[in-house]
Amino acid sequence: MQQVVSGLASGGVYAALALALVIIHRSTGVINFSQGEMATLCTYIAWTLTVNHEWSYWPAFVATLGFSFLFGVVTHRVVIRPVERGNILRVVIVTIGLLIAINGFVVWQWSGEPQALASPFGTDTFDIGGVIVSVGDIGTLAVTIGIVILLWLLFQFTKVGLALRAAAVNPNEARLVGVRVTWMLALGWGLAAVLGAVAGMLTAPSVGLDPQMMQPILIYAFAAAVLGGVDSPLGAVVGGLTLGVMLNLIGVYVDFVGAELKLPVALLVILVVLVLRPSGLFGRPEVKRV
Amino acid sequence: MTTLLKLNEVEAHYGPVQALRDVSLTVSEGEVVAVLGANGAGKTTTLRAISGTVTRSGGIELDGKEIRGGPEAAAKAGIAHVPEGRGTFVELTVTENLRLGAYTRRDRNVKKDIERMSEYFPWMVERGGQRAGTLSGGEQQMLALARALMSRPRLLLLDEPSLGLAPMIVREFFRIVRELNEKEGLTVLVVEQDARIALRSSSRAYVLEVGRVALTGTSAQLQGDESVRRSYLGY
Repeated sequence: MQQVVSGLASGGVYAALALALVIIHRSTGVINFSQGEMATLCTYIAWTLTVNHEWSYWPAFVATLGFSFLFGVVTHRVVIRPVERGNILRVVIVTIGLLIAINGFVVWQWSGEPQALASPFGTDTFDIGGVIVSVGDIGTLAVTIGIVILLWLLFQFTKVGLALRAAAVNPNEARLVGVRVTWMLALGWGLAAVLGAVAGMLTAPSVGLDPQMMQPILIYAFAAAVLGGVDSPLGAVVGGLTLGVMLNLIGVYVDFVGAELKLPVALLVILVVLVLRPSGLFGRPEVKRV
Repeated sequence: MTTLLKLNEVEAHYGPVQALRDVSLTVSEGEVVAVLGANGAGKTTTLRAISGTVTRSGGIELDGKEIRGGPEAAAKAGIAHVPEGRGTFVELTVTENLRLGAYTRRDRNVKKDIERMSEYFPWMVERGGQRAGTLSGGEQQMLALARALMSRPRLLLLDEPSLGLAPMIVREFFRIVRELNEKEGLTVLVVEQDARIALRSSSRAYVLEVGRVALTGTSAQLQGDESVRRSYLGY
């Protein structure tokens, strides 16, 4: 049971990053390979604010989200938009380039030394009917669920959210009703960067902040997105939580896997899903018109 | 009647291919005007030039003001374009499609207008939660029309609304368009292959041939002239 709760907490982080991937995939049609590095950069911003400038955690958290939103928007406008038309491979390659560039920048700016980002939730644990639960896990889960609900409200009930969805599913049609599609795509990148930053800030306290921190998380997020269906926001969340719990249980109860083999298990999940059900749990299979 | 839309020697290109040559036409406020012609005559391109979804040159004025820029600008200026082959967001619900139609509006009457759509489309409100993709072809075409109305357009552009629909549904569609024109003074420019129904529903018409205006006149005149019907309209 303990493992389930802590699995849900790490699953929440995967879900947040997977959701970021899904948002960009739905609108731009590509997987953003630099999503993890963008998150790492944003987490370093949070670290700089709390450690160097001695901000308290939550103001730094909010400021970092603001920064990451702008960072995502600017990245789309400056780097992605010029290559967006035409071959999808070009965008993919550019995101891989971004991955390397951002990683290089982070190492240059903050060095490769691991740093410690404080957890806002402390390290307390408490006991619910014999199950030992850490406050950190509950907090992590609560923050991700909160962010997901906020996003859902945005997409479902606001004009801009509706325009975001319209631009993603049918850009030409969206322009005809007056939606400025390129700005909607930039907005999508901004929201994705915010999700990534949340994932980064929630991950850093437990694994330690270093320039490679998000790389395994990105693989888990890929697995979560593929499991849930790469076009389904709900799928990303369910996929993330499922994967978190599954990996935790496997890591503890299946002796030979342990902590080291979790990553290959995630890759195995990607492989199995792609072979058996390419559209994932919640994705709709692609229908080709003849 | 005051002129609402004026095209002056408009040309349009798809890459190196010229699709429109010197097309000039006018639509007056409160009028229903049809654009007829064979496949490839430039009917759809004419509408696309007006809504800015194709590269064009020449003058296009709405209310005496030049329209420039892409479809976003045209939508803002009050042009609602229902494109060929149903203009709906199939993954979104009926209500969401209607809300998107009102995207350029800043007033607070959007909800009221959505409810008002049931005057013309009685089924629409109670099925507001249904995904547009699950509607029948005819219902999707009606939804595309309703969505265009939601923007409270100065000018409605309809591109081949009859395409792929049963004759009965086509008649119903044009009946609603006429009713909107009579009751609410809606100005419509409609492109059609089905010349018969388009002439019956419009007051004037232009006939295009390989990207030029070959012929123009009142719909009654064109309908009555047998040689015109034979050589241009094919019925």
